[in-house]
Formats: sequence, C-alpha cells, structure tokens
Amino acid sequence: MMTSWPLLSSLIWLPILGGSLLLLIGADRPKLSRWLALGVAFATLLVSIPLYSHYASDVSVLPYNMRSIMQFTEMHVWIAAIHANYHLGADGISVALIVLTTFTTVLVIIGAWQAIEKNVNQYLAAFLVLEGLMIGVFAAMDALLFYIFFEAMLIPMFIIIGVWGGPRRVYATIKFFLYTFFGSIFMLVGLIYLYLHAGSWEISSFAQLSLSEREQTWLFFAFLIAFAVKVPMWPVHTWLPDAHVEAPTGGSVILAAIMLKIGGYGFLRFSLPITPDASESYAMLIVVLSLIAIVYVGFVALVQQDMKKLIAYSSVAHMGFVTLGIFLPLLLMRNSATPNSLAAYLGVQGAMVQMISHGLVSGAMFSCVGVIYDRMHTRMIKDYGGVANTMPWFAAFMVFFSMANCGLPGTSGFVGEFMVILSSFAAKPWIAMLAALTLIIGAAYTLWLVKRVLFGEIANDHVAKLHDINPREALMLSAFAIGVLLLGVWPAPLTELMDGSVKQIVDALTLAKA
Amino acid sequence: MQLMLPEVYLLGALCVLLLLDAFLTQERRGITHWLSIGILLVTGVLVLMGQDIRPDALTAFNGMYIHDSMAAVLKVFILGVTIAVFLFSREYLVARKLFNGEFYTLCSFAALGAMLLVSAGNLVMVYLGLELLTLSSYALVGLNRDSGLSSEAAIKYFVLGALASGLLLYGMSMIYGATGTLDLGKIHQAIADSNGAGHVLLSFGLVFLVVGIAFKFGAAPFHMWLPDVYQGAPTAVTAFIGSAPKLAAFGMAYRLLEGAMGNMGPHWQQMLSVLAVASLAVGNIAAIAQTNLKRMLAYSTISHIGFLLLGLINGTPAGYSAAMFYVISYSVMATAAFGMIMLLARPGFEAEEIDDFKGLNQRNPWFALMMLLTMASLAGIPPLFGFFAKLLVLKSVIDAGSLWLAIVAIVFAIVGAYYYLRVIKVMYFDTPLDATPLRMPHDFSFRLALSLNAVALLAVGLYWGPLIDWCNRAFHVVV
Repeated sequence: MMTSWPLLSSLIWLPILGGSLLLLIGADRPKLSRWLALGVAFATLLVSIPLYSHYASDVSVLPYNMRSIMQFTEMHVWIAAIHANYHLGADGISVALIVLTTFTTVLVIIGAWQAIEKNVNQYLAAFLVLEGLMIGVFAAMDALLFYIFFEAMLIPMFIIIGVWGGPRRVYATIKFFLYTFFGSIFMLVGLIYLYLHAGSWEISSFAQLSLSEREQTWLFFAFLIAFAVKVPMWPVHTWLPDAHVEAPTGGSVILAAIMLKIGGYGFLRFSLPITPDASESYAMLIVVLSLIAIVYVGFVALVQQDMKKLIAYSSVAHMGFVTLGIFLPLLLMRNSATPNSLAAYLGVQGAMVQMISHGLVSGAMFSCVGVIYDRMHTRMIKDYGGVANTMPWFAAFMVFFSMANCGLPGTSGFVGEFMVILSSFAAKPWIAMLAALTLIIGAAYTLWLVKRVLFGEIANDHVAKLHDINPREALMLSAFAIGVLLLGVWPAPLTELMDGSVKQIVDALTLAKA
Repeated sequence: MQLMLPEVYLLGALCVLLLLDAFLTQERRGITHWLSIGILLVTGVLVLMGQDIRPDALTAFNGMYIHDSMAAVLKVFILGVTIAVFLFSREYLVARKLFNGEFYTLCSFAALGAMLLVSAGNLVMVYLGLELLTLSSYALVGLNRDSGLSSEAAIKYFVLGALASGLLLYGMSMIYGATGTLDLGKIHQAIADSNGAGHVLLSFGLVFLVVGIAFKFGAAPFHMWLPDVYQGAPTAVTAFIGSAPKLAAFGMAYRLLEGAMGNMGPHWQQMLSVLAVASLAVGNIAAIAQTNLKRMLAYSTISHIGFLLLGLINGTPAGYSAAMFYVISYSVMATAAFGMIMLLARPGFEAEEIDDFKGLNQRNPWFALMMLLTMASLAGIPPLFGFFAKLLVLKSVIDAGSLWLAIVAIVFAIVGAYYYLRVIKVMYFDTPLDATPLRMPHDFSFRLALSLNAVALLAVGLYWGPLIDWCNRAFHVVV
C-alpha cells in the first residue's frame, strides 16, 4: 500500500533532523534540550503508529516467488551511476521493529532526564540520530542503503559509550566499533559481488539471482561474520559485555533492545533469501552455536558479579533463541521429505516475537539497573541486598521483568521461547531439550540476581537510605511493563502483524537456488 | 592556443602578481592573498568554460597538450584545493611571519605545473609540468628559513625528488630509445606496432617510469620522504602538498601508464598491485604508532594511495573513474584535516600532536564535529564521502575478479579505522590539556571555508551522483 505521505522517510529523517537541531542548541540549555528531544521522540512514535494501523497484514495473494510484498514503499533514484536507489519499504517484521525502536527511544530519553548532566544536548542528539539510522536499517530495501544505515549507526553509539560511559569506556567503545566494523565490512564485499552479478542493489533482485553452491557459501560466511558479530553469537560476543557495562543506561537499553535485533533482521533479510542452499548446509552450525549461546553463556551469566554484565550475558543467551528460531526452518523445510511448514513458521515467528520481547525485557532490566545505579553508583551485586525493603515499587517492577526474563508464561518472554522450543522439537528433539535448559538456567541466574539484590536483609547504610522510584522512573518502567504484559497475555496483534511476512520467508525456503 | 587559455592566463596573471607583490608593503599583503584567490577562480572558470565549449578531446602544440574531460576535472579540483589552502593558511602564516607573496605565487605556480602535468601529451611536457610542480614544492617546504625541521624536510624532499625525477627521465629516455617518439599517443601506437621488438628496453623504461610515479604518489616502498616532509613543512604547505600534487600524480599516472604504455598493461598493473598492497600495509600499520597528527596523516596518505592504486590496476575505464573519484575525495579530506590543524595552531604553538586535540568537544563542539566528519570520512565510514570512494574502488577490484585483493584492502581499512577513531576519541572522550575555549581565528573566511569543506564531506557523501557522472564521462564509462 502506498500512502501519499512518505511515512518511512519521515520516520527516518524526523529524528535525524531533530537531533541535528539539538546539536545547534548548545550544551548550556539542558532543560530545553530534554524537552525538545522528548518532543521529537514522541512525535516519531506518533508517526510510527499509522505504520502499524495502516499495515495490511492480509497478504493472502502471496505468489510463490521470491518477491517481497513490501508496503509504504518509496523509491527515488539516488546514484544512477551505480544503480543505487533510495528505496524504502516495510513488511510485517520491519514494522514491528520500527515501532519497537520509536517506543524504546522515548523511554530512553525519559530515563536520561536526571542521569545525564554533561553535554545533555549532544547525548540526546546522538540518540535521536541513532534512532533515525536504526529505522533506516529496518526500512531499507536497497542493499547499499541498508549498509550505509548499518554502518552509520556505529558513530553515534561510539560517541555515546565513549563520552558518557563508565571507567573503561574508551576500551569498550573502541572494541565495539572495531569489532562490528570488522564484521560488516566483509558483508560489503559480499554485497558488491552480488551487485555486480545482479546489476542493481535491490535486495529482492539479489534474492532472485541464481548462485552456485560455492558462491553461496562465500556469501553466507560474509553475511554470517557481519550478523553474528551484531547479534552477537558465541564466540564473537565478547564485545557485548564490555560495551553494555561501560555504556550509560540509555546506551545499554538501545544497544540491547534494538541494535542486537539488527543482526537477526539481517539473517532474515539477507542470509535466508539470498543464500538458502548454503544456509541449509551450515544451518546445523548455527543451531549448535545458538545452543552454546543459550546454555553456556547462560552459565557464564550465572557467575557474574556485575549486574549489567549479567544482564548482558543473558542478552546473548536470549539472542541465541532468535538465531535458533531463524535457522531451524532450514532443517525443517529442506532436509526432510515432508517439509514441516508449521514448525518452520513457528520457528521464525518465535524468533521474531523473541526479538520484540527481548527488546522490551532487556530494555526494562537495563533501565532498572540504571535506576538503582543512579542512586548507589555501583553495579556490583555485593554492594546490594534487601533493596525491596526501601524501594518496594522498584522491586515489584524488577521482579516482574525478571520473571519475563526467565520466560514465565503470561509475560512476553514465554511466547517466543515456547514457539522456538516447539519448532526445535519438530526438527530434532535433542535441540529442544538443550534449548529448554534455558528455562532452568535463565531462572537460575535471574532469580539469584533478584534474590541477592532485592531480597533479604538490608545490606548496608547506602541501601537503607535509598528512596523509591519517582513518577518519571515509574512512568518509564510502567511503559515497559505494559508492553511485556500485553505481549505475554495477548501476542496476537504482533503475530498477526508479522504473519504474512513470516509465511513468505518460510515459503521461499522451499525453493532451491543452486 | 585557445585550448590552453587557462594555463596561459594563469601564467600571465601570476607574473603580474609576482611583480605587483614586489611593490606591496607588508600591511598590504592581503591584496596578494585575495588577488591570487581571484586569479585561481578565474582560471577555474576558464577551465570549465573550455570544457563546455569544446567537450571533445583535442590536442594543441603538435600533440603536446591534451584538452580532455579528465584534465578538466582534475584541474578544477587542483585549483579548488589550492584556493581552499589559501583561505585556510592566511592567519597561520601571519602568525609565523611567513605571510609573504612567495607562498601564494609558489603555490600557484605549483598548481600551474600540476595543470600542465595532467594535460601532458608528450614526455617532455610531463617532465615540464612535473618539475614546475615539484620545484615550487621544494621551495615551499623550505619556506620557513629559521626552522631546522623545515629545512631538513626541504633537503630530503629535494634530494629524493631529484633522484626520482632523474629515474623518471631515465625511463623516459629508454622509452624514447625504444619507440623513437616522445608523443604519448604515438608511443602507444609504436608499442602496439612493435609486436614485442625492443621489449626489454621498454620494460626497463616502464620500471623507471613506475618508480617515478610511485615516488610522486608516495607509494611504498618509495614513501620515505612523505612523513618527514609532511611533518617538517609548515602546515599550510603540508595542506597544499598533501592534496594538489596527488591529483596531479594521478593525472601523470594515467597519461603515462594508460596513455603511453597502455599496451603493456599487464606489466605495470602487476607492479602497481604490489605497490598498492605494500602501501596499504606500511601506511596503516605505521600510522598506528604515531603521536604527531601530521605524521599520522602522512602515513594515512600512504595507505590511501594504496587504495587508489587498486583502482588503477584494472585498466578498465570504470577503474580509472573510481580511482579519480578516490583521489578527488582524498584531496578534499586531506585539505580539511590539515585545515583543522591550522585552526588549532596559535602563534608560537603548533597544534600538531594528537594530544592537542584532546577535549576539543568541550572547547568548541562545532569544530570537533567538523574534525569528526573529516576523520570518519578518511576512515571510510558511511554516509561520508570517503566511504563511497572506497566503495567504488572495491567494486572495480571485485569486478576485475581480484577478490583476495579486495579482502586485503578491507582488512587494512579496518586496521586504518583505529587511528582515525583515536583522534575522534581524543576529541570527545578526553579532558583538554588546556580548558580555555578555543581561540578562534579572526578570519571568518577561514572558518567558513573549513566548515564548508568538512560539511561537504557529508553532503557529497549523501549525494555524489553528479561527481561520479562527471568522472565517468571523463573516461567514457558506459553505465
């Protein structure tokens, strides 16, 4: 459906221009900066609502070919010399991720109201520009445009972590930048190769290319390097704990909630449609890596002493479900004589729901940590104990989000994990059994964290003097909580939104390319 | 003769300027500044008009001067970069008592030499343009007579440059001996007709030619002069020799290697690919260890030249177009970077060390942002100009089938990202050594020009279609 108003362009450029405007205000007017930033972010959220409401998810006229049915498309010739176009479009999964982005950015700006005192306008400008670039990643239908947004995101995040972060922020941010830059530049070579063969940068034209097994393997690994670092998958996840720990609260929230999802989105958009045969050959590799992330990294989370590091490792474990869910359909649809499309559908749908849910839950958990860090200025678990005595409301929120992190039914964390486990059972039961270990391990590290921090005796004087959350923080945490609860109890709006796109991705897997 | 109007005009105007400057008092030296900018502007307009009126490739003076699109593009940017350097340098030179007419006239003569070089149709013309460019540059590097560092840099540049020019001439003489003609087009024809006769002599000549070109570019292993000259010369001069001669060197490389020795393509392409990889390696790795920003930029220049040479090794029009796009983007970025160094400099204090940029964001957020754009563009981060230049070169390399070369290039690009990030890190994450607000140059045109230069890196990055179309037309690339 083409609307007369360029919805996607406005979603991308409104925050970017708003952020640039903020830069001109100057660092000596924090109040104006905060309200202006909030206004721009809220306006972007409002603009993203028509994206959801006008999305026609009934794509029942789905032809059995590789062409993607994208809506809200915008197409302008950009650089004719290399056939690169400014081509935007959104399907169900893009819309879901874009709405998640706009929602989270508003909450991040609310969260940063009192925490950031230095160069407020630059901090908020960086987040707004980052928001626009992330929406651009989800909306881009031209591979060069996708790559540009993908890479351009690194600079604002680099600045955010490096200027407002913790003691080891410089190490963390340079590691983050070089690691992700390293991954994505191999993808660039792959994309250039595809462009030279397809004659255009359209992702759909890449999907229609007929590629040999060898070409597909190289391309698969090029994409894998880029997206595996982004997700992050074990063993290229080591940048994440450092980046999360050292980033300011808002930076961690955006990093966990949105930027990690870009890796999963990339797998769905690039690896699966363009290199299905190679993806099939190496699907088991990805499944094994995902399981290692789920189980092993879960154990690593268990022994952490820093709260943010614990939640960071838990993020890696949860993202393991995402990659698992994305690559299971390849085992289900192509290896067997009777392709189990329902299980494949559950796998991808589960991965997507897990993405949205994890965005909300980990965003919320990092915000919680931010709330108590603002008061105590320490993230070490040993400095806490019995916080629930002095901050009951906060404790309520934190317990709720922890339950969601464990995957308690009724919260959004359960929906995605359950779907993926069902799908993995249909593929190979041992995968399901290993994946289901997350229910135990996840509960272990999360509940232990909650117990040590919130429950028990008040540990020291600092905890005794804590005051509970103020209305602003309550607003932010409630917004996350409503999202988590809603999605957990009634995931239908989300699953129906993404239904058509997921079906199309799964159907496309039945076709071989070599 | 009419074809040469821009050069003739420039020569005449410079002679008048030289005379005029001799009679000006120091207080009136600003006249030289603005007059030289005006002269270069008029020359640029003449180049564009000439291109407009006569878009085809034509020759003058019995084939010695070639008037074509490629020359026009390069000339426009040579002149543009020189004007930018003039705008950036004034206050810097005044503070160091170097504000004299010689700087302007020498730079302009160097620009004239560069223009002749890119339009050369004859071996002698190549040498003429080259020598005019380099002799002016030698004098410019040594402009600060009282500085031992500058004088040392000038001597190094002169000796090594003279050696390289000598080798170039030697190569030219061998080629003349083998083909019997000095005209580039006729040499091309003669090699095609020779069918392998005189091959040894031609190969030797080619080797010396490549050595001369590599020296001019600053490609490893002929790069040793670059860091010392860049660091030793006054920053205003570094800004000039970091940008305009690279454009000229590209033109020279194209004229000599493709124009004359086109049929020996596989030979020089192989040589250039070795030089390219060596430059990428040496430039990127050595730059990591540098604490002096000018020296770091010098080594990074070497790495950029490596990338540029990758565009030349394919021998396809798309490759040359990508390489020209790259050299144009590089010259604009380099001017901005050195301009920023001049911005921070104060009388008696050079802002050459990376540490001098510490905490620039706190002292002056706008120019910290400008430096961020410049560094990110040099690193090749989208959506800035530098990224697209790298994209086009990578495209032409992959198109030619050298996938491994592309991977080597990008691995070194990642290594390269580190030292540019370090400058950004220092500006934004560190506390300043001196927390006073930045003493802004009074010169508004300087600040405006520098801001425009850096913002252009973003603007052109977002919309570079016209520029690549212009480059493509110059090489008749069919899209």
